[in-house]
Amino acid sequence: MIAFWVLAPVMVIAALGILFVRKAVHAALLLAVVMISLAMLYAALEAPFLFAVQIIVYTGAIMMLFLFVLMLVGVDASDSVVETIRGQRVLAVVVGGIFAVLLGVIVGQAGIGTAVGLGAANEGGNIEGLAEVLFSQYVLAFEATAALLITAALGAMVLAHRERLVPRETQADRAAARVRAYGEHGDHLGPLAAPGVYARHNAVDTPALLPDGSPAEQSVPTVISNRGTGRPSPSYRDVDRVVGQLQSRRDDQDPATDTVVEGSGSAARGEDA
Amino acid sequence: MDDVTPFLVLSAILFSIGCVGVLTRRNAIVVFMCVELMLNASNLALVAFAKHHGNLEGQVAAFFVMVVAAAEVVVGLAIIMTIFRSRRSASVDDASLLKY
Amino acid sequence: MTLSSSTLLTSAAEGGHHSVPVVEAMSPDGVFSLLWLVIALPLAGAVVLLVGGRLTDRWGHWLGTATVTGSFVLSVVMFVQLLGRDDAERQIGQHLWDWFAVGDFQVGMDLLYDPLSALFLLLITGVSALIHLYSVGYMEHDPRRRRFFGYLNLFVAAMLMLVLAADYVGVFLGWEGVGLASYLLIGFWQHKPSAAAAAKKAFVINRVGDIGMSLAIMLMFVTFGTTAFAGVSAAAGEATESTMTAIGLLLLLGACGKSAQVPLQAWLLDAMEGPTPVSALIHAATMVTAGVYLVTRSNFVFENAPVAQTAVVVVACVTLLWGAVIGCAKDDIKKVLAGSTMSQIGYMMLAAGLGPAGYAFAIFHLVTHGFFKANMFLGAGSVMHGTGDDVNMRHYGALRKAMPVTFLTFAMGYLAIIGFPGFSGFWSKDKIIEAAVAENYLVGAAALLGAGVTAFYMTRLMLMTFFTKERWEPEVHPHESPKVMTVPLVVLAALSVLGGVLLLGDWVTTWLTPVVGEVEHHELPVPVIVLTGIVVVVVALGVGLAVLLVGRREVPREAPQDVSFVTRAARSDLYGDAINDGLVVRPGGVLVRGLVATDTRGVDGVVEGGAGLVGALSSVLRRTQNGYVRTYALSVLGGAVILVLAMVAVTW
Repeated sequence: MIAFWVLAPVMVIAALGILFVRKAVHAALLLAVVMISLAMLYAALEAPFLFAVQIIVYTGAIMMLFLFVLMLVGVDASDSVVETIRGQRVLAVVVGGIFAVLLGVIVGQAGIGTAVGLGAANEGGNIEGLAEVLFSQYVLAFEATAALLITAALGAMVLAHRERLVPRETQADRAAARVRAYGEHGDHLGPLAAPGVYARHNAVDTPALLPDGSPAEQSVPTVISNRGTGRPSPSYRDVDRVVGQLQSRRDDQDPATDTVVEGSGSAARGEDA
Repeated sequence: MDDVTPFLVLSAILFSIGCVGVLTRRNAIVVFMCVELMLNASNLALVAFAKHHGNLEGQVAAFFVMVVAAAEVVVGLAIIMTIFRSRRSASVDDASLLKY
Repeated sequence: MTLSSSTLLTSAAEGGHHSVPVVEAMSPDGVFSLLWLVIALPLAGAVVLLVGGRLTDRWGHWLGTATVTGSFVLSVVMFVQLLGRDDAERQIGQHLWDWFAVGDFQVGMDLLYDPLSALFLLLITGVSALIHLYSVGYMEHDPRRRRFFGYLNLFVAAMLMLVLAADYVGVFLGWEGVGLASYLLIGFWQHKPSAAAAAKKAFVINRVGDIGMSLAIMLMFVTFGTTAFAGVSAAAGEATESTMTAIGLLLLLGACGKSAQVPLQAWLLDAMEGPTPVSALIHAATMVTAGVYLVTRSNFVFENAPVAQTAVVVVACVTLLWGAVIGCAKDDIKKVLAGSTMSQIGYMMLAAGLGPAGYAFAIFHLVTHGFFKANMFLGAGSVMHGTGDDVNMRHYGALRKAMPVTFLTFAMGYLAIIGFPGFSGFWSKDKIIEAAVAENYLVGAAALLGAGVTAFYMTRLMLMTFFTKERWEPEVHPHESPKVMTVPLVVLAALSVLGGVLLLGDWVTTWLTPVVGEVEHHELPVPVIVLTGIVVVVVALGVGLAVLLVGRREVPREAPQDVSFVTRAARSDLYGDAINDGLVVRPGGVLVRGLVATDTRGVDGVVEGGAGLVGALSSVLRRTQNGYVRTYALSVLGGAVILVLAMVAVTW
């Protein structure tokens, strides 16, 4: 009973929340709350099997389905607050309220007496009891429902299927397209180098340097490059040092004899790298 | 407890909230969710009555409701997606041509 | 029909010191068994000519003339046979078949041949035959001549039915038949809107009279249980005087319609739109006399209703003066003759209203009038034929040299109508004036005045047409008409001259006694010869006035516009049309317009308004279909609430 009195307000508030939230994802989550609460109520009502099935099937599978479709449709999509049909909201609330009051009063007033309780029915275990009823009295309904499920799965497949309208691109097509793009727009022909090959720094705003020392634009996200907050690559220095070393070696070399003379390059000259 | 009436009242309340939600929300998927809410409310009533009458028929019925609801959700969401693909909108107000 | 010979029954007529004759006919034998053939011949002719269509065009007119001539021959033979019989055996009835029987009311198709019908038969078939012959020539250039003869034959058949019927319902059959034929013939030249309008006017005004006739027949049935002459005449003395007065007045209404008496006189002058043979036959000699026939035949009704008789006399006096005044101012030769007809029938009705003292003279005048009026109408037709179908007397003048035969025959008719001593009209009209004077001085004075005015306008007609100077239209070369037209003129002129022979030895009065009763002798205030002299003087005054006013002066070609009030009134038919318009046509129009407005706005308004309401309602309600699923879902929820409420309410 405590479970009931604790969960009932939660459920009602969550359900009301579904009516009022703007984002669809929030509504889905609130519905999940309602369903889990329901599962607990089933447990309180001596229906352990349903308690489990509710969580596994309903909350686990069906709500997930909802969320997937929400993702596909667009999480951002939110209803505007303004109601387009005149009087719809007011009338809906009024009529819905009347309905609630009506049902509640009828049900509350109906003197149905004390519950028999499922002690006797659950004697051999709830699942065994259910199985007994299910596979004897309701076996035809069971089979029919099975057929229904298969049909639903097929139906979903058919509905979600998209026909291929153009033939699939082969590798030769893709290679030809790449060469054409290079020829027309100067796009880079081959695959890009793996990350880290040309990188000079971990930071994302520091560009990688191509072999000839020029920074690669593709290595910086477009956002940062558009914003203009990119930093110059620090590796200019060690590239300069190596370039200097190479240069000094060449200088040390006698142009006539083509040998390296120690201490005549830029290092001997004391240039800092 | 001995009295299932509070459960029934709760079921009624949840059902009505689901009805209002179907009438008020414009996103097709949210409308569908409200329909699920209504189904759940009726499940609750069924299970409560199962306890009241002392047999498991109500629970079997609730079980079937769940199965059918699952099938329905599958197909319904597939339809919504298909419509969304062609119309790029998931609002129920779009289908308004059957009018005066 | 009983086989016993009829006797004059003295009925217990109120205050009747004369006996009202009862109709009790014998069965037909010998030539009388062919009585039905008299009607059947022209009827067959009409059917053949109208149904046969264009196939009969080439010989149709001869067939039409032949049928009527056949009827005439038969009438003569039967008349001769009837002459040879005793007074008591002169009523012959022929039962053709049982027409209809409703409960106790039985009507048979019965014919009655008695002295009255014999005279009428001779007049109708004889004059008809002559006019048919005349029409062969007159209508020669009309492409629809065959149809004309068909209609004429139809008319003759209906008129014969009228005078031969032995039952008021049979009379009514003939009554309606002649009305139909009159409509068809007045409007014969359908392409002329004036002719079509005139035909419609005649028919509608006659309808008013026909209502009177129908009501009289119905009243007779209610009172006597039968409408046969035999039954009504036998039981006439037993009904109350007010009932008989009512019947008499209603019959008078019917007679007014058919005979163009005031108040139903407006159609006669317009009826001159029809071809001249039609005017001669129908609107001079026969159809318009049907009213007089009705009054005479119903003498057993009128004898028991003195009030109705007085009404007849009053109507007749008014009409005879009315017609005479109109005739004085018309320039259309046919319209003058029509006014004259109206006036002369007034004389006949006057005589008929005087009771047994006048019935015989009414019929006598009817016969002589038939001769001279038909003569003059055909003469007018001849004049029109010679002047290119012009009816305006102002375009005539000095035609006596150009059309001598027409002039001479017309002159015979003229002398007869003014009552020149020796001619037929003199004998018949004088007798009527005598009877009128004997009855009442006022009535006598009216009749005398009428005679004077008649002399005036007829002389005016003669002077304008045959004397005075030529006033012909430029293209007109008047010439005499062909033999086929002049032969009938000569025959009729001879009859106009010699018609007075019927009065020889009071033959006509004794001939008709079995039908109309014994003529009682009234004492005249002055001797007969003095009265005759007064009449002749009055006539001479009328002639002299016309010579002075018309003959001596120049006749203008255009009718002068600044004339006295009387002339203007006479030119517009003494405002007869205006009175009808104001009293009947306009209120009728207002009523009809009101009814139409009620129908279009009221009745249609309710129906269409209902439809419109539904439409408006639907155009408001359709707005709930706004296409949004959510709205529909809301209504589903609403429905569910209602359902739950209903279920709870039921099981609470």
